[in-house]
Amino acid sequence: MIPELHVGWVLFAGAIGLIAIGVGGLLMSRDLFRVVLALAITEAGANLLLVLSGYRFDAIAPIVTNEVGGVMVDPVPQAMVLTAIVIGVGVQALALGLVLRIYRAYGSIDVAEVRRRMDDDIAAEAGLPLPSGREKPAVHS
Amino acid sequence: MRKAAALLFTLGLLFLLSVMFLRFELGQAPMRIGKDILAAAPEQVGAANIVTSVVLGYRGLDTLGEIAILFTAATATGLILSGLGGGQRRDPEGGFILRHGADLVFPFLMLVGMYIVVHGHLTPGGGFQGGVVLAAAFFLPLLARPSRAVSHSALGWIEGLAGASFIVIGLWALTLDQAFMTPWLHQGVLGELFSAGTLPLLYLALGLKVGAELASLLAHLAEVEASE
Repeated sequence: MIPELHVGWVLFAGAIGLIAIGVGGLLMSRDLFRVVLALAITEAGANLLLVLSGYRFDAIAPIVTNEVGGVMVDPVPQAMVLTAIVIGVGVQALALGLVLRIYRAYGSIDVAEVRRRMDDDIAAEAGLPLPSGREKPAVHS
Repeated sequence: MRKAAALLFTLGLLFLLSVMFLRFELGQAPMRIGKDILAAAPEQVGAANIVTSVVLGYRGLDTLGEIAILFTAATATGLILSGLGGGQRRDPEGGFILRHGADLVFPFLMLVGMYIVVHGHLTPGGGFQGGVVLAAAFFLPLLARPSRAVSHSALGWIEGLAGASFIVIGLWALTLDQAFMTPWLHQGVLGELFSAGTLPLLYLALGLKVGAELASLLAHLAEVEASE
């Protein structure tokens, strides 16, 4: 027999699960594009969690109409999420722009590879021996 | 080792969030301000959509900060991608159906976007949502005809004027001995199109600004992709 499960708990579990998946992806992906996608998933989870914090299943949308409605949903989390979604799009575009720039500079979006070559560049600029032991840096300024 | 640490951190975060939200009573918002706003907003602000009252009335200053963040992100993306778009090589033109379909859908998308923006104080919608639809309307012809150049200066003017009018409407409240960003025009009848004071004007400015910003962001990304 399936125990009775409130829909709200399922939604909460979904939101928290999305955040966990996103954070796991942020930490574990080696591909920078996947990092950006993980950021988007985390954002979706956080937004869902915020909306759910003010949600009531027996209430109506916070819009005044002619009909006499019951209780209304808390409007403050909705207003916050409304702006957060659009800002999230802007931040994702910025992150994608940075990824494109890195790809043009290094020809790779693998985190480890990019980090190694950036270390080389920094060392070459500072006149230090290259950490990776190569002869010359990847990018000449 | 690194993956194990990441997995451990993720599981810890999952546990922390679950414990926090299991203590949380469902449907009982931890904030009390929502109830007060629900009770006071229809008389104080006069907008049928109470979310709009919060976004532009009670938290207008925060919304100004949020469009500043969006502006910063759009400017930074333009700066980062400015040297990359060569512009010589473009994607091939779309086929007949795609091109004419885009032409056909464009006015309807504009109409829907403007409707959502203008009715933001009455129905679910508003400047942010409508602005995104407007940006999609401008991006669709760009996808169908990649050779057509986007006028970034025109988008910049729309964005700048919309942002400036948002701030001027907010500042004008100071001349009426009100706080910055207080809605000030006549409130009108609740639920009519011309009601809720300056909120529809603010949402119009916000919608144009968000639409222009997102359109220029998408155009920047598309230009770089095409010159690959």
